[in-house]
Amino acid sequence: MQTKHVVLAGLAMFTASGLAVAGPKPAGGTVSGKVTYEGTPAKMKPIDMSKEPSCAKMYTTPQLAETVVTGSGNSLANVVVYVSAGAPDDAAPATAAVLTQKGCRYIPHVLAFQVNQEIKIQNEDQTAHNIHPLPRLNREWNKTQPPGTPPISEKYDKMEIFGVKCNVHPWMHGTFAVLKNSHYAVTGDSGAFSLPNLPPGKYTITAWHESYGDQSQEVTISGSETKSVNFVFKAKQY
Amino acid sequence: MPNMKIARLFVGVATALVFPLAPAAQQAEQAAAKAKPHMESHIGNLTGHSEAGAQLYYRYCWGCHGARGNGDGENAPYVTPQPRNFVAAIFKCRSTPTGTLPLDSDLYDSLNRGFNFTNMPSWITLTAQERADLVAFIKTFSSRWVTEKSGAPIQVPPEPKLTLESIKHGSELFQKLVCWKCHGQEGRGDGPSASTLTDSNEQPIRPYDFTSTDRSKCGKTNRELYRVFMTGMDGTPMPSFADVVKPEDAWDLVHYLRTLQYNNPSPELAMWEGTAEGKSIVAAKKVQNTYTGSGLKP
Repeated sequence: MQTKHVVLAGLAMFTASGLAVAGPKPAGGTVSGKVTYEGTPAKMKPIDMSKEPSCAKMYTTPQLAETVVTGSGNSLANVVVYVSAGAPDDAAPATAAVLTQKGCRYIPHVLAFQVNQEIKIQNEDQTAHNIHPLPRLNREWNKTQPPGTPPISEKYDKMEIFGVKCNVHPWMHGTFAVLKNSHYAVTGDSGAFSLPNLPPGKYTITAWHESYGDQSQEVTISGSETKSVNFVFKAKQY
Repeated sequence: MPNMKIARLFVGVATALVFPLAPAAQQAEQAAAKAKPHMESHIGNLTGHSEAGAQLYYRYCWGCHGARGNGDGENAPYVTPQPRNFVAAIFKCRSTPTGTLPLDSDLYDSLNRGFNFTNMPSWITLTAQERADLVAFIKTFSSRWVTEKSGAPIQVPPEPKLTLESIKHGSELFQKLVCWKCHGQEGRGDGPSASTLTDSNEQPIRPYDFTSTDRSKCGKTNRELYRVFMTGMDGTPMPSFADVVKPEDAWDLVHYLRTLQYNNPSPELAMWEGTAEGKSIVAAKKVQNTYTGSGLKP
């Protein structure tokens, strides 16, 4: 029994990034679903990287801005889906969340992690970047990172979702989502998400998108069922 | 003269009636200020008290910085860059690392200095005690001053002897650290990213133009120049270089930056102009009969 719990805890950490769970069904319920949009999203503008030749030469086709990323079937990517109420705060996992600057882009565009979890920011480009997250509740700092320097290690102590940018390369915009518990996911191109390992109880599930705002739904989990929750955002044309 | 008596009486009554009413709003603010927790500032031998600072704040500062200290005073819409928001407690000129609160003495120095190219004047006309009191009062606006400690100041080692190698190495760093992307290759604040810069409130902000003056926003000395890029200017695009620039390299960069201020004589500029290379570079930069050239200089 003890071993089983340990294994499950490990599994929970693994699947916290929100990728679809395969294999043995975990104890507790799961909330899964899809995030879509209705209407016509604004066309993403191509990025002019000509001012940074070391990055521009890494691409053969123009890169598009990532403020709205969609997939087939009106699916919406880069949405942070998390349990905003009903779940207790979790201790931060020991593994660090990693943000990579590559080709003058942020990978991933939306980095979700927990309160007090270590984040590592690394630069794989041949140019210097500055990393300037813009929180309101957490402390604001702004650090430069020339090529070949070690990763920057930081953490945030309050729940908050905020933008991060590079002032040197103004097209570089990303998001940090600092969350209180381990029940969160960031949607990919499919728009699908899964929040496993939820003990029975009533939860508020919130979906947040950088351009379309946020919305919440209540869901009650009893036993090890899988509840379906879908979010539909209204696309803005600008 | 009964008429005079009546007139005097009238004036007296009018004064008593009108004056207590007129600054009622101000009194309410002051009452609110008094209800705030007591805050102290410590600058050298001086101890500032927030209660005394409140009186000064609601006389001299709130027009721009606002009654609640959030930078929305009645003059604020006409002021750029925007007045500091003391509720956010993010300060440009610090001796402490990026993301940390400044020392009391940093705020005190900012009050003394004022901010170049902004509407914030120097308050050196107030007494030292009054300035210390104001620093104490400013700290009542944000709970950060209760929950957080000021950062540990970044140590500035003694300045090494100025050499030509130091200036040249500084020039290499200026390229490697991409300072020029904002400040421009000639330090005029016209680099390729300059026009895109915004501060943390999404307001446009200019990078420092080295050719304009030798007074940067956070002071005039080499030590203060060293500190600007090691601490970063929080709330602006200017990042901290403390994690990636070694102290000896930092001094080399300082020496090079001085040569960009070619309207302001300095030992660094003199040494740079003493070389054929430096002389031709400085001469090429000067645009005759312009503000940043040499022609109009007395």
